[in-house]
Amino acid sequence: MLEIKGLKVKLEDEDKQILKGLDLTVETGKVHAIMGPNGSGKSTLSYVLAGKDGYEVTEGSATLEGDDLLEMEPEERAALGLFLAFQYPVEIPGVGNMTFLRTAVNAQRKARGQEELSAGDFLKEVRAKAKDLKIDADMLKRPVNVGFSGGEKKRNEILQMAMLSPKMCILDETDSGLDVDAMKLVADGVNALRDAGRSFLVITHYQRLLDHIKPDVVHIMADGRIVKTGGPELALEVENNGYADILAEVS
Amino acid sequence: MAIAKLKADATEARLAGVTLPDGAQWARAARGDALARVRAMGLPSKRDEYWKYTNPSDLTAVDAPSAALFDGGEAPLFGDKECLNIVFVDGVFDAQASDPLAGEGIEIMRLCDAMAADIHWAKDLYGVLETRGQVPVERPLAALNTALATDGVVIHATAKVAKPIHISYLHADETSDANLHNLVKVDAGAEVTLLETGPGAARFSTCLEVDIADTGAFHHVRTQGRDHERRTVTHCFARVGAESTFKSFTVTVNGVLTRNECVLDIIGDDAVAHVAGVCVGDGKDFHHDDTVFITHDALNGESRQVFKKVLRNGATGVFQGKILVKAGAQKTDGYQISQSLLLDEDAQFLAKPELEIYADDVACSHGSTSGAIDETALFYLRSRGVPVRVARNLLTLSFMAEALDEIADSALADELRDRLEGWLARHG
Ligand SMILES: Nc1ncnc2c1ncn2[C@@H]1O[C@H](COP(=O)(O)OP(=O)(O)OP(=O)(O)O)[C@@H](O)[C@H]1O
Ligand SMILES: [Mg+2]
Repeated sequence: MLEIKGLKVKLEDEDKQILKGLDLTVETGKVHAIMGPNGSGKSTLSYVLAGKDGYEVTEGSATLEGDDLLEMEPEERAALGLFLAFQYPVEIPGVGNMTFLRTAVNAQRKARGQEELSAGDFLKEVRAKAKDLKIDADMLKRPVNVGFSGGEKKRNEILQMAMLSPKMCILDETDSGLDVDAMKLVADGVNALRDAGRSFLVITHYQRLLDHIKPDVVHIMADGRIVKTGGPELALEVENNGYADILAEVS
Repeated sequence: MAIAKLKADATEARLAGVTLPDGAQWARAARGDALARVRAMGLPSKRDEYWKYTNPSDLTAVDAPSAALFDGGEAPLFGDKECLNIVFVDGVFDAQASDPLAGEGIEIMRLCDAMAADIHWAKDLYGVLETRGQVPVERPLAALNTALATDGVVIHATAKVAKPIHISYLHADETSDANLHNLVKVDAGAEVTLLETGPGAARFSTCLEVDIADTGAFHHVRTQGRDHERRTVTHCFARVGAESTFKSFTVTVNGVLTRNECVLDIIGDDAVAHVAGVCVGDGKDFHHDDTVFITHDALNGESRQVFKKVLRNGATGVFQGKILVKAGAQKTDGYQISQSLLLDEDAQFLAKPELEIYADDVACSHGSTSGAIDETALFYLRSRGVPVRVARNLLTLSFMAEALDEIADSALADELRDRLEGWLARHG
């Protein structure tokens, strides 16, 4: 599904290298997790994949089902099925959550040559999905993320993901800021979307989310590279011992 | 001295050969007095403090600069709304296109008819609020309008009027130069809505005087249409009585020059006065100026000024807004915000917010900002699959939302939002 080879990325405005030759393959239908110390470049990786400005790819490649992601505009990547749940979801005053969702859903459908969803069908679907995530109707009416609590913002990201049904979902610390119950809700939301055709890349610092969303593969990222890859037990090792041992071992 | 002489000469040049419209004796006197005011003040020049950011020369020139006719191919605004429709073409009343001037809860007639009558309530309003509004800031173009206005509409609301009065100002002659003057008198407990649409003329001046008695309400929604070459100057003077409401909203699209002045006098306690607007402009020939002066001279008054300007490609926006709170006007709540969204680096926004407060128990705030599209929000939208142009327009509309929210009638607001969306789609 997602194939990243030798990816090197620096900041556009500064001479600062952040990703330093990153290799990662996420197979179709699999859930991969990335853990790693603060500042190791996890969010940068997710932004570069999603197409955010401000980064310069100096080497390497990233493809989604064989299509070169790095050549595409952010909206084209989204239409192709890439989704990023942001570590810090953005507030957009003046744009209603519903308008935003409908515009996004229909823009993607249009880009894929599908018919737009009727207002009625759209509403029905949003309401059902919002209910599963315990997002109340009032929140849907408010401007995008404005005045939402940290946890509400994260749930709103998952609602968007559910509405857009992407192929490749990247979740950047979706668990941070969530209370125990909300984490369960979010994990259920993710698990409901798991299927043979869809892949996940879950960035997290904690085992707790991975208790709910059982990953197939766990990667450790440090200083702009994937330094170790293993099974779910790797996450437990981090949880118990921190990164020191792993980093010492690979250096 | 030399400057004063230049000003006097320019004023005389403009006034040479003008003939004041005829009317009843009181009307002739009102016009003559207005002309004397123009002479005493002199027409504005770029050296005047309140014309520093806007060059008035097109408005004061002897001949109106011509303006090509423009047909944007859009249906007339507010066509779905049941209104009392009144049409002026290049400042000339179009009886055929207008509805009969009558309605429940109102007395309504053409200004020229009112001014021909020996006895008419218009005598107590025509030029009266304009004269009051000349202090402390002179507005000679308003006095010029009072002197020259050939026609307009006078409205006396005696009850809650259900149907809005909609005045359409059409432009059909490339060199037209029109002055219209409207009067609105709202009785206690009465309520009326005035809609004004259209470019009016190649050079168009309107003056609106509104007298709202205690507990009256006046709603005003205006659009200044899409003609690219038009020059427009408008003045609105309102006297706002106790527990009364004044709300005015203006949407401006295109035009070489637009200057909208609004002068509000809150004279009764517990009154509410809101004035707001949005403008969208593309190109260095677009210049838009809102100049507002609100005086609080009563207790517990609330005033709001909300102005948003979307500017691109060298377009210029100006905002000059003042809140004056007189001694004794305690518990005044005055809010003023003026913001511009500059869609590129060539556009500019010049703002002069002013507060002058002589009461100690008031809450007044003002803010002015100039900004670009929020790149973080833009990326967020695009990452969800929204194409960049659509995303940009969505954010631009959201920028205007706070101002559009000022329109109480949501059907009107939706229609204006659609028109603005159309403009953004054409100019994105
Ligand atoms: N736009 C930027 N300007 C300056 N520095 C940046 C920028 N983007 C990323 N960095 C730096 O790059 C490094 C990697 O940041 P990134 O946000 O990708 O880390 P992370 O692994 O997601 O960390 P965390 O676990 O704290 O979320 C950090 O040192 C960060 O300060
Ligand atoms: Mg991060």
